[in-house]
Amino acid sequence: MTPAILELVLMTIVTAATPLIIAAIGELVTERAGVLNLGVEGMMIVGAALGFAAAYLSGSPLIGALAGMAAGMVLAALFGLLTVGLAINQVAAGLALTIVGVGLSGLLGAGYVGLKRDAPPHLYIPYLSDLPFVGKLVFGQDAFVYGSFVLVAAVAWYLTRTRAGLALRAIGDNHHSAHALGLPVRRTRFLAILFGGACAGMAGAYLSIAYTPFWSPGMTAGRGWIALALVVFSSWRPWRVVLGALLFGGATVLQLHAQAASLGLPGQLLSAVPYLATIAALMVLSIGARRKSAAPAALGQPFVAPR
Amino acid sequence: MDVQVTEGGPLLSLRGIVKRFGDFVANDHIDLDIHEGEAHALIGENGAGKSTLVKIIYGLLQPTEGTIAIAGEQVRLSGPEDARTRGIGMVFQHFSLFDNLTVAENIALVLPRDQNLNGLRGRIAEVAERYRMPLEPDREVWSLSAGERQRIEIARCLLQNPRLVILDEPTSVLTPQESYRLFETLDRLKSEGRSLLYISHKLDEVKRLCERATILRLGKKVGYCDPRKESARSLAALMVGTQISDIHAPTARAAGPQRLVVDDLSIEAEEIHGVDLEHISLAVRAGEVFGIAGVAGNGQSELFAVLSGERIGTRAEAIRIDGAETGGDDITRRRLLGAAFVPEERNGHAAAPDFSLTENVVLSRHATAGVAQHGLVSFDRAKALAQSIISVFDVRKAGPDPAARTLSGGNLQKFVVGREILSEPKILVVNQPTWGVDAAACAAIRQALVDLAARGAAVLLISQDLDELFEICDRIAVIHDGRLSEALDARGATREEIGLLMTGTGHQTAAAHAH
Repeated sequence: MTPAILELVLMTIVTAATPLIIAAIGELVTERAGVLNLGVEGMMIVGAALGFAAAYLSGSPLIGALAGMAAGMVLAALFGLLTVGLAINQVAAGLALTIVGVGLSGLLGAGYVGLKRDAPPHLYIPYLSDLPFVGKLVFGQDAFVYGSFVLVAAVAWYLTRTRAGLALRAIGDNHHSAHALGLPVRRTRFLAILFGGACAGMAGAYLSIAYTPFWSPGMTAGRGWIALALVVFSSWRPWRVVLGALLFGGATVLQLHAQAASLGLPGQLLSAVPYLATIAALMVLSIGARRKSAAPAALGQPFVAPR
Repeated sequence: MDVQVTEGGPLLSLRGIVKRFGDFVANDHIDLDIHEGEAHALIGENGAGKSTLVKIIYGLLQPTEGTIAIAGEQVRLSGPEDARTRGIGMVFQHFSLFDNLTVAENIALVLPRDQNLNGLRGRIAEVAERYRMPLEPDREVWSLSAGERQRIEIARCLLQNPRLVILDEPTSVLTPQESYRLFETLDRLKSEGRSLLYISHKLDEVKRLCERATILRLGKKVGYCDPRKESARSLAALMVGTQISDIHAPTARAAGPQRLVVDDLSIEAEEIHGVDLEHISLAVRAGEVFGIAGVAGNGQSELFAVLSGERIGTRAEAIRIDGAETGGDDITRRRLLGAAFVPEERNGHAAAPDFSLTENVVLSRHATAGVAQHGLVSFDRAKALAQSIISVFDVRKAGPDPAARTLSGGNLQKFVVGREILSEPKILVVNQPTWGVDAAACAAIRQALVDLAARGAAVLLISQDLDELFEICDRIAVIHDGRLSEALDARGATREEIGLLMTGTGHQTAAAHAH
């Protein structure tokens, strides 16, 4: 493999990883607050449909991305009302959200199937971007890619360095103690859910605006579920999300190349490789750390203020 | 840290506090005055309304009626943060700590927003030094003992320089030595002019610390006195309303053959932050009540799960019931051998909260009482059995066959203990049978355990209540960090001996380095 091809492969790995990073980091914050939102896939695909439509109509990828985020947040707010406001089972509400999202995206995007628009521009810095091998990889990505790394850094900083982040982690660890001390359990959880929705919506918008760039129904293809698995894979730590997303993105891209190289294995089997790799990684991790699970202790438990 | 002093009137004054939850009146026109530098006890049984009243003072609940005045100024507390800024601090009974955060993070969480967290370590060290409470800011809470956890709660409270410190049953999870150290700290707080509101049902502690006491019963204030001038017995009578009968334990029971034998049992914990059991051996004889003391979280629940067969995975010969090797058997097989089990948590473990009492009988007696045969349940038999439990153990309830969760703690506990005892088990393993149970039910349950042993059964009692263990046990062993001490004769042992074993002194040194 020549350096030029290798660089191209690495570029595609990064772009495949970006939507996973964005969606997973949002879900990570939600789960750190103690809420399990299984609706990532649904919020993501509505973000993809609406994001593409808005970008197509306005001609601006920024407006598209904002529309995608807003769409994710609207669905997340619905989830928040059910699970935080009414203390409904989070698993059931999350699954319902995914089903609603997939259906809704088909409706919203119906008029945009087959339409095309240009991907947003990639960064170009004279000389730097022309450097061999690393030039395009480091200095030639689009705004989403850089934005995703800024997002991870900001979340890591927020969770470990700020008082609000500390309160959020405390609420995810033990909501009864948090309530007894006067921390706003419900408000914090609702805001965390909204943040998760915004991230999922933006991840979806990235897919339809920059990654493909077009809208087709079902285009998220399970990435929302992968993002959920990545949160577990990362042990709820932000930078490990990046690592996991790159590994999964790598597996996705490599199986494409393996298919192209016609190894004689059925394409369907190779397409399943990244998903099998995810399951394998989760198994290895959970066997290795059987008792040291880093999951927020109150994850998935509805909170009802005691008497 | 100087305490602001207001001249004259009380620091905290409650007038006519009423709190209703629907039809239920938790607090019924309660008046309470606490003066500067006073240690005031709030005594009452579980369900007397102590916790509700304290939550109102700490801003967690809003009173339905009545007024609160702090230093003469009438206030409406919007929440705990408001209470804290007005100088009210609280040390919770079930510590309001976060297991997966560090000590410093736990403390930082409740400091006022305008305080900079950078100098926090220094200030934690200062408080720790001043009150002689060693603290390690970087340890995660789950790795700490109950006494260490309580120190965090107290330090967190003191960093806000409170004028009134509320302590809710602070010694309930401490060893006698830890309690002694706590009292030294509390004396120091008093000498600084801070007021204490001390909630307890341990009357000797109240007599030792407090100069005023308010007694609650069923939501009402029923007494006000100087506890130092009262006897523990007169206080108890005020608290309960009736005299509690003493337990009649037959002296010098004949030691029969070994019925329950645990032989070198070791098993790794399943849960995160669980305790590994290491080389546990014990033998309970017929006619004996064998007690296992220990601070919560030292392997009691793990031991109960292994003994009952809820967790299987030991060598078969590690657990023997009347000689039968049963370590690999499930709970039903062990019941068929004549064993019975009462777990700690009554709602959700010993009983299904939303099931009726009759259905709850089926849950543990399906194999031993002929209520389920060939996969079919005979509800007539189950109902008859439930009724006999209810009448024999005097279970008070609403309606003929109500859901388990509608019973009070004491009545439900009498029901679940009675359910097992009526099967006349040869072996009974009970975990914390009187936790959160009113005094009358408590006495009834202890008497039932003693009587069962007198009929020739082997009773294994796991409890954190030393009074209970000394009252009814023949021998007591102590569990600490998953290891069990030698059994001591309960009549010869002192609280100090048991207390030292509870802190792990003796077999600690090697283990401490391993951590």
